Amino acid sequence: MNHPALAAVAEDIARCMRCGNCQAVCPLYSVTLRESMVARGKVHLGEALLRGDVEASRVLADRFDACLTCLACAANCPCGVRVDRIVLAARAVMADSGLLPLPKRAACAVMPNRPLLHAGARLLSRVQGLVFRRRELGMSPRFPVGLGMRRVVPSLPRAGFRELSSEVTPASPPAPGRPGPSQGGAAPSPAPARAPSPAPARAPAPAPAHAEGRIVALFTGCLADYVYPDVALGAVRVLSANGETVVAPRGQHCCGYPIIAAGKLDLAREMARSHVRLFSGLDVAAVITLCGTCGEAFIHHYPELLAQDRELGPAAAALASRAHDISRYLHSVSSLNPALLGPLDLAVTYHQPCHLGRGLGVEREPVDLLRAVPGITFIALRHPDRCCGGSGAFAFGHYDLADKVRRQKLADAAETRADVIVTGCGSCRMHLEEGLSHTGSAQRVLHTVEVLASSVSAGR
Amino acid sequence: MGPNLPKFIDALKKALGPDEVITAREDLLCYSYDATPDLPRVVPVAVVTPSATAEVQEVVRLAGRYGVPVYPRGAGTNLSGGSIPTVPGLVLSTLKMNRILEVDPDNLLAVVQPGVVIDRLNETVAPHGLTYPPDPGTVATATIGGSVAECSGGLRGLKYGVTRDYVMGLEVVLADGRVARFGGRTVKNVTAYDLVRLFTGSEGTLGIITEATVRLIPAPAARKTLLAAFSTLTGAGDAVRLIVRSRVVPATLEIMDRVTIETVESYARAGLPVGAEAVLLIEVDGVPEAVEREAETVAGIVRRCGGELRTAADDHEREQLWAARRAALPALARVSPTTILEDATVPRSRLTDMLLALHGIAEEYDLTIGTFGHAGDGNLHPTILTDARDQEEMERVRLAVGAIFRAALSLGGTLTGEHGIGLAKKRFLPLEMGEEGVWVVRAIKRALDPRDLLNPGKLIPAAPAAGADGEVDPG
Repeated sequence: MNHPALAAVAEDIARCMRCGNCQAVCPLYSVTLRESMVARGKVHLGEALLRGDVEASRVLADRFDACLTCLACAANCPCGVRVDRIVLAARAVMADSGLLPLPKRAACAVMPNRPLLHAGARLLSRVQGLVFRRRELGMSPRFPVGLGMRRVVPSLPRAGFRELSSEVTPASPPAPGRPGPSQGGAAPSPAPARAPSPAPARAPAPAPAHAEGRIVALFTGCLADYVYPDVALGAVRVLSANGETVVAPRGQHCCGYPIIAAGKLDLAREMARSHVRLFSGLDVAAVITLCGTCGEAFIHHYPELLAQDRELGPAAAALASRAHDISRYLHSVSSLNPALLGPLDLAVTYHQPCHLGRGLGVEREPVDLLRAVPGITFIALRHPDRCCGGSGAFAFGHYDLADKVRRQKLADAAETRADVIVTGCGSCRMHLEEGLSHTGSAQRVLHTVEVLASSVSAGR
Repeated sequence: MGPNLPKFIDALKKALGPDEVITAREDLLCYSYDATPDLPRVVPVAVVTPSATAEVQEVVRLAGRYGVPVYPRGAGTNLSGGSIPTVPGLVLSTLKMNRILEVDPDNLLAVVQPGVVIDRLNETVAPHGLTYPPDPGTVATATIGGSVAECSGGLRGLKYGVTRDYVMGLEVVLADGRVARFGGRTVKNVTAYDLVRLFTGSEGTLGIITEATVRLIPAPAARKTLLAAFSTLTGAGDAVRLIVRSRVVPATLEIMDRVTIETVESYARAGLPVGAEAVLLIEVDGVPEAVEREAETVAGIVRRCGGELRTAADDHEREQLWAARRAALPALARVSPTTILEDATVPRSRLTDMLLALHGIAEEYDLTIGTFGHAGDGNLHPTILTDARDQEEMERVRLAVGAIFRAALSLGGTLTGEHGIGLAKKRFLPLEMGEEGVWVVRAIKRALDPRDLLNPGKLIPAAPAAGADGEVDPG
């Protein structure tokens, strides 16, 4: 097999020594105990494909499709093999052989087409009641629609982020008389155990790194745009309270990761070019993403996809260096003024999205931010970094596997007795909410920035 | 005429259910390897995943009826080719037999199915203040069944022994499908031959382990970790000898040579003393007072032998020292695409001689060999850094491996301390056991598996004259 995508990962394939350490961390292996499910097996299949020992086939496409790209194997690999890159390369081979699984084919048809996606979402928000039965959290199909009758999908709000927000939101720092930035500490401190009183006293800290007057661009991503607009609205509220002017350019569209995950690299490259042109043209200090996977697209995939592009390659790299996940931005780039945070009487835990944690290295930032909110009790999950099993389109194509992986996560979450499972990814959230609706749990799922936005509102 | 495979597979599906019989070629490819490098890849005809002893019996009976060889497999993390097919046959995965049947703190034992991962057993017994000591590098993935079949070792051999010292009883499915039980729940047991020990380390050639009763010990209450750097190999070797002479038995006494130290430092910046010829990582454990005293004795010896000492003051520092040791294989593995990990083992008093012999072999065959390992029990891991795609170099690697075996044997050592004979080393068996010893091995195999159906082609070298049916010698 002579495919450029596969040739590009040949060295990674050669480095795997088949030690099997990936078995200890692969979520799909733990629920199937099958060698073709674990990273080592996938690398072996990649090698077989490269050497021509096996042909592209439906079964092979399905094996490469059955990967959460949770990066746990790569993080645990003694040889540093980037198994995720091998899997994505093999998927590109499968896609070029016309072997895309149905949910991914659908995603490739709709996601890159912003007007179609938009029209579809608006239409669906109106007609969803005909197809789906409303439940407490989301809706389940009234009749088979190819999703399985057990599946609960979130109900789409009538209006998305764009209908609810303008393109530019000016900074709105706290009114005079409220505690100003000069009183806040730059580094959020751990919250005490659930405090009944409002904000506990904070020691004055050195001059914080707030950058008032900064202009930042917001990339919402599809889920915060259509399904969870409160996340994008919350981000705007927190950023503008913190003194930044927020631009959410209207020309943005899907980040393209679902297309990369499906292996349609040419299409993904087009989407990358469009975003690099759009965001590079803005005179902003930072581009902020609301989901680890979108962040990975901007920070890792665009530069890689456009590495050979003379015109846009350098721009993609420059854009990547200015892109930040919202929690990293508020934690370390333009520190969130702690004086803005009002009290919330909440017990929360945090589920680390794979692409945010292992992908972008954003691990402690969301936790530090949550702990800084007065009144919040933080209870850590037993394994915060274990994949929830959602993985975007994966949960649609492999519902049973995704469900099995999720059970452990929900059990861990239940053990914390937290009111809210906080996370930083719309796909994790959708998958967790769907699982909670089956268990009848009262736990809710929120994005980190939604919690911060509530706290900022409580502080006004 | 070969076996009627379609009928055989139908019969398996009927016996186990279709989901427990894997037949897609794409899946089967993934059972043609284990963690052993440089072996031929033979794809099995099917993989079965039974979940009960009765199902294993049924599979073995069907395999016998159709004349198909059976290759038992746990996690497939062994380093001797123990779990891969040599001629196309049936892979029997024990992964779905993964229940811990009993933890008995009164008799200090646990009863487990073969697919239980070692770490999981330890997590389960930890609340009782107990531990299962055998700790091969793969504790997070390897199964009890696989590690009993291979008699795995680990870092704590010197003080705590190896897997065979912790197996009290076994349930085994024999080659004809009958079930036999050996040993039991008593500390003392001299009933007939010690068949538990025979099957422990039998590498799947005599029967399929379907249940194990394993011994647990109280987890040590305290431990102390020291790192000692030496400017000469002799200094390190002397220290090992004198520590043992002083009647201190450390839980671990690990060594890393210069190549390993430099590689670890460039990869992990673990704070190892670059420029040292060898470092020893020493851990003593037990009751707190004894641990303090033993640590002082060890420190004194290290200084007398010219070593420089670092002591871990707390858990964090201990973790740092251990991180350096754990980084040894990963660091070496990143230097080149292919890593050949051997386990030459000598009496510990000959450790320095073996290290020097390894340096000579690296020079003679123009190879990079990093050596680390379990100095306390004489079990070294010379690690050859190469690239399987470079045929010329691989030829030199194979010659060097032969030279390593000969060097170990000439120092009174053994072919394999903990990885097993499997495929790659069986040619060398007569060198260690003599033709008479090999005759005993063959006689046992013939008595228990006369049709050579269980893991054929492993452990036993091809017979000189008698028709070696179906044996593949990879050379």
